[in-house]
Amino acid sequence: MRDAEFFGRWMAAVAVSVEREADRLTELDSPIGDADHGSNLLRGFLAVRAALDAGVPPSPGAVLQLAGRTLIGAVGGASGPLYGTLLRRTGKELGDAPEVSDDALRKALYAGVGAVAQLGGAAPGDKTMLDALVPGVAALSTSYRAAAEAALNGALATVPLQARKGRASYLGERSIGHQDPGATSAALLLGALADTADSADAAAPAEDGE
Amino acid sequence: MSGTGSVEEGAALVGIVLVSHSAAVARSVSELASAMVAGGPAALVAVAGGTPDGALGTSAELIVAAARSVDRGAGVALIADLGSSVLTVKSLLLDEELPPGSRLLDAPFLEGAVAAVVTASTGAPLDAVALAAGEAYAYRKV
Repeated sequence: MRDAEFFGRWMAAVAVSVEREADRLTELDSPIGDADHGSNLLRGFLAVRAALDAGVPPSPGAVLQLAGRTLIGAVGGASGPLYGTLLRRTGKELGDAPEVSDDALRKALYAGVGAVAQLGGAAPGDKTMLDALVPGVAALSTSYRAAAEAALNGALATVPLQARKGRASYLGERSIGHQDPGATSAALLLGALADTADSADAAAPAEDGE
Repeated sequence: MSGTGSVEEGAALVGIVLVSHSAAVARSVSELASAMVAGGPAALVAVAGGTPDGALGTSAELIVAAARSVDRGAGVALIADLGSSVLTVKSLLLDEELPPGSRLLDAPFLEGAVAAVVTASTGAPLDAVALAAGEAYAYRKV
């Protein structure tokens, strides 16, 4: 089972990843976007970290809803409402249980990704964050690490795609050959989840382990 | 008057919010749309342009404040320009953070704003404002 503190550490781990990769995300966003993905997402997750430093809400669902609300308020670009919707819908699905199972988190993330697809009107193959999130969430039934790897592979697989959504879609065929920054940051989100789960599981061996 | 479309004296008007990545764009479009109503617009128009610190971008906080400032109970019509303006309004609507009766109009930003402000100023309901703004898409220039 995962408690609110676990989710707080996940969000803090995302902030660390985004901090480390902000320049690279902005670099990826330069040829096909408006070169602000790294700085926007960094501003958003630093705000999330500050909000959680002020007090971690009592349930996993409330942690993700706070993070989502904060992102929508702080980012200023499309990644704000998109990641904000992902986390807020996932948090709503988790409800107010003080602890949630890995299976409940998998189902909630599935709903969150569905909300992102609905909000942006995008589908896998459009060269968006969904190209990392959809395979990532599908692989959650195996493990968090498998999800992180599937998301990363999904992000790498956006290189030959032509963008059909967002600012990059105006470039048409010229968007081909560049890795999508949104799919790349989505892989960071699931990578941070896998890292957080690894360290939690190392600290406390599985309850049913024998 | 007994016309079906007549407006009651003192009836609340639909409020209009213009959401742009740029404060200057939002302000200018508001000025232009308001200038299209003889004697000035009767409907309230508010802008949410750029971020609170004056940079380009979209601010959920400014959008919520603008929508509340023009809400008179007859609904609020929001018109947005690009990407994150549209997505932020949609996410605020999903989370019910905008006044009841708020709606994102499917309309081009400038032409839709003119049509919406003119229509709302006649006392038309939100459906009619939305229709008028959306019809701006059908105006071919060549």
